[in-house]
Amino acid sequence: MKLGAFDWRPLILLVGLMLLALPLVGAPSTWLTLTVAGLAMGLIVFVIASGLTLVFGLMDVLNFGHGVFIAMGAFVATSVMGGMGAWVASPSLLLNLGAIFAAMLAAMAVAGGIGWAFERVIVRPVYGQHLKQILITMGGMIVGEEVIKVIWGPLQIPLPLPEALRGSFVFGDTAIEKYRVLAVIIGLLVFGALLWTLNRTKVGLLVRAGVQDREMVESLGYRIRRLFVGVFVTGSALAGLGGVMWGLYQQSVTPQIGAQVNVLIFIVIIIGGLGSTLGCFVGALLVGLMANYTGFLAPKVALFSNIGLMVAVLLWRPQGLYPVTNR
Amino acid sequence: MNVLELEAVQTHIGAYHILHGVDLAVPEGEVTMLLGRNGAGKTTTLRTIMGLWAASAGRVSFKGQPIQGRPTPEIAQAGIAYVPESMGIFGDLTVQENIVLAARNARRASELDSARLDWIFGLFPALKKFWLAPAGKLSGGQKQMLAVARAIVEPRALLLIDEPSKGLAPSIINNLVSCFRELKKQQTTILLVEQNFMMAKALGDSVAVMDNGRVVHSGRMAELAADEGLQQRLLGLSLGAHQ
Repeated sequence: MKLGAFDWRPLILLVGLMLLALPLVGAPSTWLTLTVAGLAMGLIVFVIASGLTLVFGLMDVLNFGHGVFIAMGAFVATSVMGGMGAWVASPSLLLNLGAIFAAMLAAMAVAGGIGWAFERVIVRPVYGQHLKQILITMGGMIVGEEVIKVIWGPLQIPLPLPEALRGSFVFGDTAIEKYRVLAVIIGLLVFGALLWTLNRTKVGLLVRAGVQDREMVESLGYRIRRLFVGVFVTGSALAGLGGVMWGLYQQSVTPQIGAQVNVLIFIVIIIGGLGSTLGCFVGALLVGLMANYTGFLAPKVALFSNIGLMVAVLLWRPQGLYPVTNR
Repeated sequence: MNVLELEAVQTHIGAYHILHGVDLAVPEGEVTMLLGRNGAGKTTTLRTIMGLWAASAGRVSFKGQPIQGRPTPEIAQAGIAYVPESMGIFGDLTVQENIVLAARNARRASELDSARLDWIFGLFPALKKFWLAPAGKLSGGQKQMLAVARAIVEPRALLLIDEPSKGLAPSIINNLVSCFRELKKQQTTILLVEQNFMMAKALGDSVAVMDNGRVVHSGRMAELAADEGLQQRLLGLSLGAHQ
């Protein structure tokens, strides 16, 4: 009996999408530029969505307010990087990275703190009540947006890239934006750290088990609620980090930035399979690549491409790319 | 001495009144069989003991301490292991990960008690064979073995096991019976819900029979096994069909 064969088909789909785009795009240099842009976008979306999928998987909590952590992270970054203007404007890559990482750490701390309060005040009273969760978490996001307007104002705020991260690496005809390379590196580091935690630590084991059957985890003697709060805070902090990355990707932030990304991240976690980190990763990359390829090939279609992708994936696998057993 | 005692325990699930005052005692070092027809309240009794459903009245005491109203993790930490009817296997985790999770004192496989693990592998060789395979890919019988192995990977004062023979082939049931006999030899206290009377007869020291949310008979298993009239009255057993 052969047990444990890894399901490669979603990854083959990912590679297939890239290969399919090559003849359609035509020029390999353009294809490479679009592919790197798609991977960068996908990895930013993964950073944002990874916490949300675990939150749903662990406690069946539908947090439509996840966007507020994204927006808060992005706005904190405008303040931190604004306050480190000399580092941001410096031609030194080291100082630039220092400013970005300081902004990311501050954004994660603030978003994580707000996540803790959000779980305690807004989510906890509505455990197990999906309709109320949707309403109250959406309400929480509206309140969060208004708080952002009070603090930073209602207008769009620029979040320019630091000096050394502007422009592109040029290889022959191919131009790859420097910031996208940084986004890919950070996204892969987060993915690696998440995989390591989930697969190599007891806490990760508990999270993976809790996503499948939280009652059994409790019957084994572990307090799943405590674990859930930890995951919620971590997920909020990651959303804050993703907010900084998304803001720098767009080079501007608005109070609605979270609501705008919310739709995308829900598509990603549904495509990936609710509760699945690997599914979330593959789903995010698919969404990022699809958005960039269709944006180049057929801009009018691009608006609907991710919805179309979700429909196609769900027709193929109604439970998502990597469904979680027992769910 | 009784490890576990239930006194007049009542349980409501939503609008339904399931347990109507259960009295039950589980003596230390014995296998107590909990028998009864479908819907008699056996599973609800186990879930109430574990705190998965709250008792609405009555008292549940474990080692003399009341445990009703306490959260499930605390009850488990007090020394009760639970094997649900659904087995509760984490299908996306490997067999090894399922075992590590059940061992609260081990953070990783290398920290498992190797002598105890060898003993478990002796009881269930299939678990060793599929140690690194996803548990979801195991057969029904192998999953049941894993569920029991999780309950005994560390010493527990009481095992609650819900219908382990359900849906399993006779050869697998024999394997489980051998395992429970081995546990009996070690004076492990077990409360075992079972519909298979042959298995109950082979394993039980004491017995409680439930009907309509109450314990309607309790005593020694040998007495019930010897009294066909009592079996017929309590369990509706037609010996030709069940034995």
